Amino acid sequence: MKRSVGIVLTSVLALAGCSSGGDDAASGDTATSACAPSTGQVELTFTSWIPGIEEVVKVWNDKNPNIQVKVQTGPNGNGGTYQNFFNQLKAGNAPDLGQIEYDTLPSFRVQDGLANLAACDIVTGAKDKFVDWTWNQVTFGRQDSVYGIPQDAGPMALFYRADLFKQNNIAVPTTWAEYATAAEKVKAAGGYITNFSQSDVNQFAGLAWQAGGRWFGNDGSQWTVDFSDAKTTQVADYWQDLIGRKLVSTVPPWTTEWDNAYNTGQAWTWVSAVWGANSIATGAPTTKGKWAVAPMPQWNAGDKSAGNWGGSSTAIFKSSKHPYEAAQFALWLNTSDEALTLLNQKANLYPATKAGATLPALTTGVDFYGGQKIYEVFAEASAQVSPDFVWGPLMTKTYADTADGFKAAVSGQGTLAEALKTAQSSTVQAMKSQAIPVKE
Amino acid sequence: MRSRESLFGRTAAMLVMGVFAFYILLPVWWLVVAATKDRAQFTGTNPLWFADFAFVDNIRELLTYRDGVFLRWMGNSIAYTGGAALCGTLLAAMCGYALSKYRFPGRETLFNIVLGGVLVPATALALPLFLIFSYIGATNTFWAVFLPSIVNPFGVYLAQIYAGASVPDELLEAARIDGAGEVRTFFTVSSRLMFPGLVTIFLFHFVAVWNSFLLPLIMLGDERLFPVTLGLYTWNTQVNQLPELRGLVLVGSLLSIAPLIVAFLLLQRFWRNGLGTGAIK
Repeated sequence: MKRSVGIVLTSVLALAGCSSGGDDAASGDTATSACAPSTGQVELTFTSWIPGIEEVVKVWNDKNPNIQVKVQTGPNGNGGTYQNFFNQLKAGNAPDLGQIEYDTLPSFRVQDGLANLAACDIVTGAKDKFVDWTWNQVTFGRQDSVYGIPQDAGPMALFYRADLFKQNNIAVPTTWAEYATAAEKVKAAGGYITNFSQSDVNQFAGLAWQAGGRWFGNDGSQWTVDFSDAKTTQVADYWQDLIGRKLVSTVPPWTTEWDNAYNTGQAWTWVSAVWGANSIATGAPTTKGKWAVAPMPQWNAGDKSAGNWGGSSTAIFKSSKHPYEAAQFALWLNTSDEALTLLNQKANLYPATKAGATLPALTTGVDFYGGQKIYEVFAEASAQVSPDFVWGPLMTKTYADTADGFKAAVSGQGTLAEALKTAQSSTVQAMKSQAIPVKE
Repeated sequence: MRSRESLFGRTAAMLVMGVFAFYILLPVWWLVVAATKDRAQFTGTNPLWFADFAFVDNIRELLTYRDGVFLRWMGNSIAYTGGAALCGTLLAAMCGYALSKYRFPGRETLFNIVLGGVLVPATALALPLFLIFSYIGATNTFWAVFLPSIVNPFGVYLAQIYAGASVPDELLEAARIDGAGEVRTFFTVSSRLMFPGLVTIFLFHFVAVWNSFLLPLIMLGDERLFPVTLGLYTWNTQVNQLPELRGLVLVGSLLSIAPLIVAFLLLQRFWRNGLGTGAIK
């Protein structure tokens, strides 16, 4: 045991030594030689917080006696597992594979913790199986890098109370302008059109993503940071207006108070991701059969674009001694019908593959939504998510700073747009202090 | 006049205590009420009063969820906590006794180091411990949580005080004259005199380890080794994904404080005794 740890430690140091010189090209080369099949029995470790992942992995283990995967689990990424990954990378005992959300992949990339799979033929060959934008989330839009296998996606749409809209003769909004008009009517009818979440900054990012906002960019050597481009500002001003006119409620999300607002019909819509279907069904059980799903409202009538909220990848850590086998497993986990079906059943994951949208469970009507085939709306939305949205390397900090500003804005101090500007400068500051190259 | 004043003072004191008791007990009351509700009524009904009583169903669901992994976590917690508190109390008693009763060079320094240890929060030690256990390849094992949990500088400090207060030097002299070895004297004479104090140490230690969270979070990846605190926290972070877990977290939280209450009720009478012993001296 002692000895094997020593070996891993040295190999990590060796790898770190190799890649410290030239950044991208050099690590591409290391990956080439690294992605070769191992001989004999291989044991992999995989850390994930997906509920019920053990049962999915068991299916793989039963079929692949030579590649046995051991599951480790823990709280969700930001709840502690990411910090554990960083600790383990430092100590040299990181697992072979780990679940990492799209918005956190760049953090691991800048710490040089991930294996570049661009040289694995099986990985690059699988590119076309995935919805384009999900693939871009793991390649950061570059040809020479693949830092994970897309797992699930959170295309966004509009959940709305079909019964209430009908009773009050309010048309289901198809544009954001109509949404604001509907908000006035809903207010007149005694409700709120939705709740503006002060702490779900990644939901707001999804809204900005749809509008065409681009918060980060990376040209290979430098980052650009811009939370106040015209499109993002448009979204911020729009919601600021609804908050100012008290047309939306602002209770903290994911609380019983918030559930209650939906359960009692105070909140009429929620612009949320595909996994939100389950949040409503369990958070607002008395509203069964009254909800429906429509595409996200558009900024220009007739446009077809959607945002994304959430989704994760299966990444392979640089310290893994069996990247080829790990990639085999990750591809099975995220593309095979049997694994995707199980992941959907156990944890409501919405697959990142094109074929995943046609799983039986995702093409049938859902009782809670009055029998509507809601996943067809999300499948359409997933295809409309723009592929060039890039996450920054310090999203935890970015989220926290933005949420602080949003909370203040909601209680009347400052505006959402100002909060974004402040978060931008503190993010840039933090990047500089960690020696991450950033263009002013 | 005097008596009215004291009546006023007493009422004020009662009022302050009442307010604080209310403040502390309210969340517990909420937890008890919430644990008895089914999922549909949890959000929709008065949070501080009962709806339909589904407590038994909730417990059954908790105990059978994922093959009863919750019971496993409770068992782990009891093993980590009971074991660590027993070993830790014994070690603390021996250390404190030695520091109090024996004269040897470096005694003061040693005691001051232990006192310094009281000031170092366990949180600050978790990462260094992780790196050490990584080095010897023992992370993600029972020992990774158990061994660090045994250490309890505050216990040593308490034991030193209790030994000084409850074990007379004359008695030790008598034992030595009668020919008892030091170890025998400690176990048959001194530890009995210190017993109420040891119960206090045990209880403090028990509570600390039961509630310890960061160390297992950093050390463990195998769900079957989790203590109940980490297990429930893990579920709680998955609530957005599987909202039905929220109910299980609530019932689980209620059940997870039960052993603490039992330990307190059983050992309370020794404890009061022990605090008194220290106070009179």
